[in-house]
Amino acid sequence: MKKTLTCIECPLGCEIEVTMNGDEIVSIVGNGCLRGKAYAENEVTCPKRVVTSTVRAENGALVPVKTDAPVKKSEMFEIMQKINAVKVKLPVKIGDILLENISDGANLIATGNEE
Amino acid sequence: MKKNYDIVIIGGGPAGLAAAVAAYDNGVKDILILEREERLGGILNQCIHNGFGLTRFKESLSGPEYAARFIDEVQKRQIEVCTQTTVLALSKEKQVTVINSAQGVFTVQAKSVVLAMGCRERSRGALNVAGSRPAGIYSAGTAQKYVNIKGYLPGKRVVILGSGDIGLIMARRMTLEGAKVLAVCEIMPYSSGLKRNIAQCLDDFGIPLYLSHTITKIEGEKRVTGVVVSKVDENKRPIAGTEMHFDCDTVLFSVGLIPENELTKMAGIELSPKTRGAVVYQNRETDTDGVFACGNVLQVHDLVDFVSEEAEIAGKAAAQYVLNGAKVREEISVNTGNNISYVLPQKIDRNAGGQVKLFFRVTNTFKNCTITATSGGEVIAKRKKRIAVPGEMETLLLTEKTLAGINDEIVVSLEVDE
Repeated sequence: MKKTLTCIECPLGCEIEVTMNGDEIVSIVGNGCLRGKAYAENEVTCPKRVVTSTVRAENGALVPVKTDAPVKKSEMFEIMQKINAVKVKLPVKIGDILLENISDGANLIATGNEE
Repeated sequence: MKKNYDIVIIGGGPAGLAAAVAAYDNGVKDILILEREERLGGILNQCIHNGFGLTRFKESLSGPEYAARFIDEVQKRQIEVCTQTTVLALSKEKQVTVINSAQGVFTVQAKSVVLAMGCRERSRGALNVAGSRPAGIYSAGTAQKYVNIKGYLPGKRVVILGSGDIGLIMARRMTLEGAKVLAVCEIMPYSSGLKRNIAQCLDDFGIPLYLSHTITKIEGEKRVTGVVVSKVDENKRPIAGTEMHFDCDTVLFSVGLIPENELTKMAGIELSPKTRGAVVYQNRETDTDGVFACGNVLQVHDLVDFVSEEAEIAGKAAAQYVLNGAKVREEISVNTGNNISYVLPQKIDRNAGGQVKLFFRVTNTFKNCTITATSGGEVIAKRKKRIAVPGEMETLLLTEKTLAGINDEIVVSLEVDE
């Protein structure tokens, strides 16, 4: 069976064709780089995404956040619920862990500085 | 704030920041950055999604992270910054009139000015979409500011007109925050957004993209209650009988960006009707000596990485202008040929030396084609493309050696291979 994917690793958006035999990957064609190969391998077995959002600081300001590793696409909405329950104390610096192990070992980290 | 500066940079977004750092590193330390918002970073502050910086930093950063890299560099160099300060006027003599709540209205004199004001979104008014004027209609960027900076979800059931990247990003963002995005309609037969955004913002959430479709009616008195979407023919005219109705409370417009050049016009600087930005030489100098332009105020870029790259060219050139004065130029014009909507720079100064990268966009989707730069009937650079689309900026490199042998106008064109 063949699956056609659009790679999301970079703006080029390579079209990748993955040939499968059951659960086994037979070939990956069309990727422009190794990141694309890894993306395609994940995408046909367990698709993952980095989730980005915001959390509230005590003073009402919003702090931008992301998962520091891709998390299961199928769990994005559960992860969003966890993110929306987070309240942070200021100051926050880029890279600060705001919630440990939000999913599969990935942490929720700040992507903005807020005084 | 002083009364005189070597370089005044208008705009503290990605272009202004990179220009400031480059100018400083090329020997001019007396720099002022003027920013109308509360903080530096420009539109990057509300672009909390990732995917920035892959070209430049080989990392996938969020907008605020990308901005912070440059803000850190500006701070390390102790470059003077004035936030919450709006530029009211710019003169050809490089006088910059500004206003803020602390000092009122005042004027600073610059030896060189870098225009880095960015762009703004095309509005509903520019599109002539029929219907009443209820609440619930936003540009995608306004909705982005509400959600990501203010923390409000502007609606629950959303239809998006235009498939620009901001609209696609907002389709995902509002979905994750609990809204239902019913459709994205694109009047063209192709999307102007990046392919990866179609995949990760629409396909991931099962949001349909209707190509060759547009909104023909917005319904609702106080608040939007629905829209009518119709298919369009080759001439972008709605086809009767193809109407679809969506019940929705919100409409987002993501229909393109326009460089914000009011100050440029005010200073009497020549603008290109094609880019709607200034006409520039390869060092991003406008027709006014010592005034440079870079980033989205000059041409709307696909990636912030390219904005930074262009701003560094302008910042360096501004420093050289301050240190060495105006140049004697030997000018060659660069023009568009078949199937090219614009090309930049519009003028090349042969005396400048070095290579020149031409940036341009094609007018339509083309498969198996060749892009060429010709001068005096000879091909001086060419590139074969499997696919070329208007949504992706193209480039051609002219080497120093190539440029040395050229005397005539350069024309960039695209031809489909036989």
